[in-house]
Amino acid sequence: MAVKDYIRERFFPHIWCAGCGHGIVLNSMIRSIETLGMSKNEIVMVSGIGCSSRICGYVDFHTLHTIHGRALAFATGVKMSKPELNVIVPMGDGDALSIGGNHFIHAARRNIDITAIIMNNRIYGMTGGQYSPLSGAGTLATTAPYHNIDPDFDVVKMAMAAGATFVARTTTYHAKETTDMIRQAILHEGFSVVEVMSQCPTYFGRKNRLGSAVDMMKQMKSITAPIGSKAARENPEIIERGIFCQEEKPEYCSEYDKVIERATQGQGV
Amino acid sequence: MAKPKLKTHTIDRDWCKGCSICVEFCPKDVLEIDDMDKAVAARKDDCIACKLCELRCPDLAVEVRTDKD
Repeated sequence: MAVKDYIRERFFPHIWCAGCGHGIVLNSMIRSIETLGMSKNEIVMVSGIGCSSRICGYVDFHTLHTIHGRALAFATGVKMSKPELNVIVPMGDGDALSIGGNHFIHAARRNIDITAIIMNNRIYGMTGGQYSPLSGAGTLATTAPYHNIDPDFDVVKMAMAAGATFVARTTTYHAKETTDMIRQAILHEGFSVVEVMSQCPTYFGRKNRLGSAVDMMKQMKSITAPIGSKAARENPEIIERGIFCQEEKPEYCSEYDKVIERATQGQGV
Repeated sequence: MAKPKLKTHTIDRDWCKGCSICVEFCPKDVLEIDDMDKAVAARKDDCIACKLCELRCPDLAVEVRTDKD
């Protein structure tokens, strides 16, 4: 199927600003699903609130647009009732790690087979550019006119510490890499996290004088490097890209099936 | 294996928001922004059908078709 077969064309052009990285994530995500040759009926996409979460409205899968930060809770419900479906949860940085931080760490801890895509643009774009838990100290935002003093999370370390079994990071500049990582994350059995560094030229870019969407993408190219590469080893400021963790651990729905089996066979304590 | 050859390069003008991402990252300088702030493939003959414009378009407005598609 072609890319346009996976989208709801009647809602295009989309609401995202010119040059918004979220559109590139949508583009890459559709391509990874196309590569996998999946049917639209076997995918459920659940999102919360924010610019990123609007992605659900544009794709022609089973979609749920739920409440802020709680997309993973809804997704857990969907996955447990229909484990045969592939559940993908696109989230913004604030949605995933501030409002939904608790749901995020516990979904990771359970290792439930859900693919979480964190579209990290380091700002709350939809509501006017407030700083998020990923803005980082020293950045400017509407709510931090004298510079932000909050340090940021490292999504990769946090996801790994919480128990996610597939953790990757990439950027919107690296569109082919993003497609490949999302493809691998969907195939992985367990909780998969893909952090895609994305650009918000309207708020984060303008407030922090980072230039146009193109300039921000060029910057993402220059400040990142593949895991363990020479550039990453020599410069501690470099943000590493790649797959940080890919391991097999008991998956939540499979473990729950065993509970059902024990209960139906009367093997309780 | 022969390299894919460009058949059609289309840009949906209703969807394009003129962000210039395709223009800037085209390795062959095929695209440009016109006076309506929309991207156009001005030098199609130079296109090598690498599809980088299509892959990076945030508006899903670019479609590159080759003889291999």
